[in-house]
Amino acid sequence: MNTQWLTKEFGLCMALAVSILLLMVFMGSAYGIRVLVEASCYAIIALGLTIQWGYAGLFNAGIMGFVAIGGFSAMLLTFPVNQGFWSSDQASDLGQAFLKLLGAVVIVWAVVQLRRLSVPRSIRLPLLLITLAVAYLWVVNGFAPVTQAIVSQHGFIGGFGMPVWVGWLVGGILAGTVAYFIGHICLGLRSDYLAIATLGVAEIIKAFLKNSEWLTRGTLTVSPLPWPVPSAGEVGFITARALYLSVTAVLIAIIFYLLHAAYKGPWGRMMRAIRDNELSSAAMGKDVNQRRLEVFILGCILMGIGGAGLATFNGIFDPNGYLPLHHTFLIWVMVILGGPGNNLGTLFGAVFVYVIWIMSEPVALFILNTVSYFGNLWFAWEAPSDFASRALQARVFSIGLIITLVLRYAPKGLFPEKVQQYS
Amino acid sequence: MNEFVFFINNVLISGVVIGSIYALGAVGITLIFSILRFAHFAHADLMTLGAFFAFFLTALFPAIGPALGLPTAFVMLPLAMGLTALTAVYLDKAFYKPLRAQGVKPIVLVMASLGVTLMLQGLIRMFMGTSSRNLYIDDRKGIHRIDVPFELANRPIVITDPQILLILFLVVAVIALHLFLTRSKLGKAMRAMSDNPDLARVSGINTQKVVTVTWIIAGSLAAAAGTLLSLDVSLKPDLSFMLLLPIFAAAIVGGVGHPYGALAGGFVIGFAETLSVFNWAVLLRPFRDQLWFDLPANLAFVPTEYKITVPFFILLAILVWRPTGLFKGKVL
Amino acid sequence: MHLLEAKNVHGGYGGMNILNGLDLAINADEIGVIVGPNGAGKSTLLKAIFGLLRVTEGSIELRGELITNADPGELVLKKMAFVPQEKNIFPSLTVQENLEMGAYSRQDNYQHILEQVYHFFPPLADKRSQPAGELSGGQRQMVAMGRALMIEPSLILLDEPTAGLSPLYMADIFERIVTINAAGVGVLMVEQHAKQALKIAHKGFVLVAGQNRFTDTGMNLINNPEVAKAFLGG
Repeated sequence: MNTQWLTKEFGLCMALAVSILLLMVFMGSAYGIRVLVEASCYAIIALGLTIQWGYAGLFNAGIMGFVAIGGFSAMLLTFPVNQGFWSSDQASDLGQAFLKLLGAVVIVWAVVQLRRLSVPRSIRLPLLLITLAVAYLWVVNGFAPVTQAIVSQHGFIGGFGMPVWVGWLVGGILAGTVAYFIGHICLGLRSDYLAIATLGVAEIIKAFLKNSEWLTRGTLTVSPLPWPVPSAGEVGFITARALYLSVTAVLIAIIFYLLHAAYKGPWGRMMRAIRDNELSSAAMGKDVNQRRLEVFILGCILMGIGGAGLATFNGIFDPNGYLPLHHTFLIWVMVILGGPGNNLGTLFGAVFVYVIWIMSEPVALFILNTVSYFGNLWFAWEAPSDFASRALQARVFSIGLIITLVLRYAPKGLFPEKVQQYS
Repeated sequence: MNEFVFFINNVLISGVVIGSIYALGAVGITLIFSILRFAHFAHADLMTLGAFFAFFLTALFPAIGPALGLPTAFVMLPLAMGLTALTAVYLDKAFYKPLRAQGVKPIVLVMASLGVTLMLQGLIRMFMGTSSRNLYIDDRKGIHRIDVPFELANRPIVITDPQILLILFLVVAVIALHLFLTRSKLGKAMRAMSDNPDLARVSGINTQKVVTVTWIIAGSLAAAAGTLLSLDVSLKPDLSFMLLLPIFAAAIVGGVGHPYGALAGGFVIGFAETLSVFNWAVLLRPFRDQLWFDLPANLAFVPTEYKITVPFFILLAILVWRPTGLFKGKVL
Repeated sequence: MHLLEAKNVHGGYGGMNILNGLDLAINADEIGVIVGPNGAGKSTLLKAIFGLLRVTEGSIELRGELITNADPGELVLKKMAFVPQEKNIFPSLTVQENLEMGAYSRQDNYQHILEQVYHFFPPLADKRSQPAGELSGGQRQMVAMGRALMIEPSLILLDEPTAGLSPLYMADIFERIVTINAAGVGVLMVEQHAKQALKIAHKGFVLVAGQNRFTDTGMNLINNPEVAKAFLGG
């Protein structure tokens, strides 16, 4: 039984290796390594999802948001310092705006504390709402002129010029913090609510990053982001990318080892017990929601780190580049196809799906061009001008179809989670 | 008084219009949830699909509307609703029913509905491109300017044909739905199944028929909402993207599984949106001399680009304080 | 020919068999009572008979007609009704609507049956437009039985009809079951209150671990010292 699975897994991995080799041969090794680096970043993100979905059955429909937070953090912490801004008046103005924010928080907190003075609820609630509204408008109108001045005079506040690994780490921590708040609210409720809430939070994160021009330059994008390894200009494309790949590979190896240890350990057993039978686990005195919150945060930290790695590699932070299609659904396909709850399967799924995804674009365009060429030749058919962009939507359709088909026909993925039997 | 008219146009009318759209979507979400027990993520795409059906039909027969004195797309609405309902029924047959038969957890159905979302979006863009379109082809949008009978008010209250039709449609649809749920055998069976699906089966209720009817109702309401919204604004393929969060928020605010709650929830979300993006400085401007502070030019709670945060934070607030919604829906 | 006959029934949830070769038969005018310890498969048997649970082996016949693993909707059309133990009403529907749902499969005018049910359970008549969820436990049980009676069943399956009711209501419910039976309806019920139930039973079945331990008339079982000692609390 065991060896049977091994051969199947081995065969799949061999097929993957061959397709990567083919990719290298046809598209050049620089391109091939680029795809592999990106796939490795996606693999980190996918590992984050596989522990959320595979270990704990949590539905995260807003992966994009956590990936974007990671990218943002990589940008903010590692981009060179903008001396022009820090030596100008706006720096202290911005500080004052943040002080106003702090002040507003203190005032709101104080109003909330009125409860201790036994002020009746009928007074407290309207008072709180009015305070909230006024404080909110006060803070917003405090920030508005400062941020406008920053954008018009300095572009944006610039980065902090820190080492790359700090940016990645903070990216993970920020993503985890957001996850804490969302999870805290939603994890006690039905799993559908988490899906809706994460979907919403991802859009809000994106809207914030896109519109906060003083912080992120918005649609103008920030580049080039510094690399943790010598860049292509110094050592050439292939070496630089290969070095980058080794960094992400080591990172994956570490994550993999830690997850493996956790999965085998009491914590992993408890997680799976909760996933498979929530009621009886709760009855045995496990704090189900606390464990779920841990897993949710942990998964989002990995997503943040993966997102940071991806942004650093691309060398550009572009809030508009974060798309639910690429950064949420593609990752879902990687996980459910690879086998949720199986780390190796997820790794396989990430690389496999990403390679196919990348290859599908030139292939789709080739088919299209052929179709429109012969259509024109034989039927004098004129393809619409946006034919190419339309036809690429076939990929969106395929992603959806794959999700539904895998759920129906191979719910455990290509690498099913190995359930250990203790008899 | 002009400021007040501005308020009516931008808050009252806009709120009623967008609230009606959300309500029509949320009723469908809530019905599907109460019968099939999962959050149907592809619902906003059914709305877009319905609007595209209406667009196709309008393009095919552009002269019908002017002949009847109504927007063509509105005349075509029943057909578009039928087509969308049919699509919904077959989507269920193809993608959700097999999973239900396997007895999967509801969350797997949610995921399948995300897959369906992507398929619908891909298909719509494949056939229609990504540009926005006008649902008026051979006719023009009727815009009514109602002068306010007050001195000092020289701005009219503005309301368009599609907005009037939308409000009328909502009233008719709600009455029809109410009568269906309380008077007809099938409607009662629907409520029974929402209450207790196992007992419904034991009582000999044809549960498959109830499921089909649920999809028909949800699909046709979605098509109507999508079409009427596109008539009023324009038809964009990413319509669904802007609708998804608000309609879910509306359904949850109203109490999941509670059609009248969804209706109320739709208006709560709609008005919350228009009130929070409304520039209150406009209303305060006449009193600017009496104020003790300088009136900023813009005193909106939420900039328009952050409108999506409104339904989201209402959703979070309701999940924190009253997860069953305003009308005590199903406890989840 | 028996009204209901189950032979060598095996079945259960998932891979676990709970029923391990059960036999059971009742006639058209009889009350059959199934008793036994917790986990013996009493409720499981009723569900298996009503097609809510897969029967893996054996056969079930209604008036000689094979109904093994039939759809519940089909059984309702064959005038067989089932009252589950819990969640046996539609709480947000009115009492009247609950009863109407019982008659969902009927195409004819069932107004007179509705009146009969109200006549039979007078407390319900006053509360016909009240949501059933607001009723007391005993009245809910009446709604549940009333709903089942709406198809004018020839056989009614009751899963612990007196569970959670006060002794006063319990006697009342048993009395009504006897009346229903006297009107020509076969009854098969599972009961925890074994002694009281066996008193009104024509046939009694003592189940243990998914198999018949004793099968006899109700009175004989009560008087059987072995049964009395092990299952009826002395």
